[in-house]
Amino acid sequence: MRQRQRFFLWFILLITAVSIIIDLPNQHHLKFKVGSHQFEANISRPFQFLQRFKIVKGLDIAGGAHLMFRAKMDQVPAEARANAFASLKENIERRVNFFGVSEAIVQPSKVGGDYRLIVEIPEIIDVGEAVALVGKTAQLEFREVAEIAPEATATATVYDVFSKKSGLTGRHLSRSEVQFNHNNGKPEVSLEFNEEGKKLFAEITKRSVGKQLAIFLDDLLLTAPQVKEPILDGKAAISGDFDIKQAKKMVSQLNAGALPVSIELIEQRQVGPVLGQESIRKSLRAGAVGLGMVILFMAAYYRWLGCLADIGLIIYGLITLALYKVIPVTMTLSGLTGFLLSVGMAVDSNILIFERMKEELRDGKPWNVAMELGFGRAWDSIRDANVCSLITCFLLFNPFNWSFLNTSGMVRGFALTLGLGIFISLFTGIVATRTLLRSFAKRSDK
Amino acid sequence: MKVKWMKFKWLFFLVSAVVILPGVYSLIRWRLKPSIDFIGGTLLEIRADKLNKNLIERTTQEMEMELKSQQTSGKSTYLLRFSQFKEGDKNRLVAKLEEKVGEITVTRWETLGPALGKELLGKTLVAIILATSAILLYVNSQFKDKSFGVCAILAMFHDSLVLIGSYSLLGHFFGAEADALFVTAVLTILSFSVHDTVVVYDRIRELRRTNPKLELKEAANLAISQTLARSINNSLTIIFMLLALVWLGGVTTRWFATALLIGTVSGTYSSTFTAIPLLVIWKEIFKKNK
Repeated sequence: MRQRQRFFLWFILLITAVSIIIDLPNQHHLKFKVGSHQFEANISRPFQFLQRFKIVKGLDIAGGAHLMFRAKMDQVPAEARANAFASLKENIERRVNFFGVSEAIVQPSKVGGDYRLIVEIPEIIDVGEAVALVGKTAQLEFREVAEIAPEATATATVYDVFSKKSGLTGRHLSRSEVQFNHNNGKPEVSLEFNEEGKKLFAEITKRSVGKQLAIFLDDLLLTAPQVKEPILDGKAAISGDFDIKQAKKMVSQLNAGALPVSIELIEQRQVGPVLGQESIRKSLRAGAVGLGMVILFMAAYYRWLGCLADIGLIIYGLITLALYKVIPVTMTLSGLTGFLLSVGMAVDSNILIFERMKEELRDGKPWNVAMELGFGRAWDSIRDANVCSLITCFLLFNPFNWSFLNTSGMVRGFALTLGLGIFISLFTGIVATRTLLRSFAKRSDK
Repeated sequence: MKVKWMKFKWLFFLVSAVVILPGVYSLIRWRLKPSIDFIGGTLLEIRADKLNKNLIERTTQEMEMELKSQQTSGKSTYLLRFSQFKEGDKNRLVAKLEEKVGEITVTRWETLGPALGKELLGKTLVAIILATSAILLYVNSQFKDKSFGVCAILAMFHDSLVLIGSYSLLGHFFGAEADALFVTAVLTILSFSVHDTVVVYDRIRELRRTNPKLELKEAANLAISQTLARSINNSLTIIFMLLALVWLGGVTTRWFATALLIGTVSGTYSSTFTAIPLLVIWKEIFKKNK
């Protein structure tokens, strides 16, 4: 028993220490005055490898744009929609990255029969420009090798080399798939053309046997396979030194040109960095004031028991913050509200336990017995009460992405921080406080 | 402390009625003020020192834009709502205003299609039904008595009514809008309400287990006396945090925190003064029918 308790004490100390190290900012600029001496220093955190753990700021704090597009699939046959959608996503991702936006997120979501893409960009943008950029359908083009004067060969770019337009475009491609070579089992990319494309492709391949035929997507070279023989049936395979992943990527890029899907903007939310910073500063200050009130209240009402609960609460804050960094949890304003709310709830179990202890003491039980009974008997209420909150958090967070439940980032941020908070507070409120209490009680008995 | 709480049960219901009725009246008369999350539209928040409401009103009229409402949302900051807003309208409006008052900062800009609103409404209903049934099932399985679950759910409805009703009043008089976060607040309050109720239930269950002859009414009186302090203290810590957020927190989450605060206060009251008296009445009716 005593050994176990000592183990718990060390365990809690260890977790707290680890959390503090993770919580520390990477660099801290220190500046203070002693008399007339001015001290200034940059303190880097110990354990530099922890640098990758940092708070991820949501768009409503850091500022940025959240755009939701609906793919117009009316023209696309039902069985090809999933493929077309995958291509669309790939295509838009490529364009957004090409636009030079760092850390943009393109997230597909399917609601009922609607295919949607959510694009999150961490800066304020001109929506008109963004729609023009991502909404343009992909341009797939086949180009032939052009004659280049020998003296210009050294300086020729791929655009010069493949400057001869063949007239064959994405319009002529009916589909592209990944297949495996019968002889060596290597992945290949198959191309299948429609009637018009079949004729064009046959002519092109007839005249360029032994030469390369380049495929451009939005003016970027995708691949330039060599034509081995004339292909008359409109079915070709591109083989080469690529693995299955690369083959899949190429297929979806080719399909983006073959199954053009246009998109429309159905939702956009943009927050300027000014508003986000103001809000977070205010919310943090509010959190500090609230936390102060809770700590004072506990200490004033429950005296030294309350002080122990306060220590538990501080450990709670440290662990939670560390977890936010490790998981990582994207911090939004609603997420912050969930966290602050969970701080208020974190001492709940302590209050239940302490009140129970008081009762047992009033019944004339000795202090140690009252303490153990308090922890044991309050557990039922604590469990029942928290299960209900966890059910709600589960529904709000919607971890399995059920389409009949909410998928809004704001709501999820709140549910995640609140739910995590409840779990951690069960640990700090019961295990941590009890261990501290036992250690403390033992010493005061001696 | 031996207070015969159940003697005052009608007084407790009266207090609830005094709070709920104005809210219900407001709900019927003015309903909730829906945000663009529900009805679609455009929201534009701009900031500049020399801006004022008249100027904005005139400029939008000049440009034949349909300004639905505007309100100040901070120092020199104006929140404009449009039911329809065409592509490029924002840039033209901001440019026009900048001609008159100098540089303008756009702090927030949102546009939502009307289709999403219906979707959110459907999802909200599903979430509320699921949450209610899951909680009811859990309470039932823990207390092995239907009446406990039913009264907990009734208290939950009490809290939802208080919250939605007061929010309707806040919407009418102070412009509080019902958005996705308001829905979140309602769902959170559903679980908070039961959270507190369970603590008192738990005590009634324990009292009757140790003393089976104890009548439910007596057990209820005792349980309330024994758990009132912790119920209030439990909620106080949450109320402290929420008060601070309402008072000092960021504008974006202020109404959200307000909704949670109203719900928490109501939840604390209802667990002791609604759920328990209802349970006692329920049991009395049930006994007579037997």
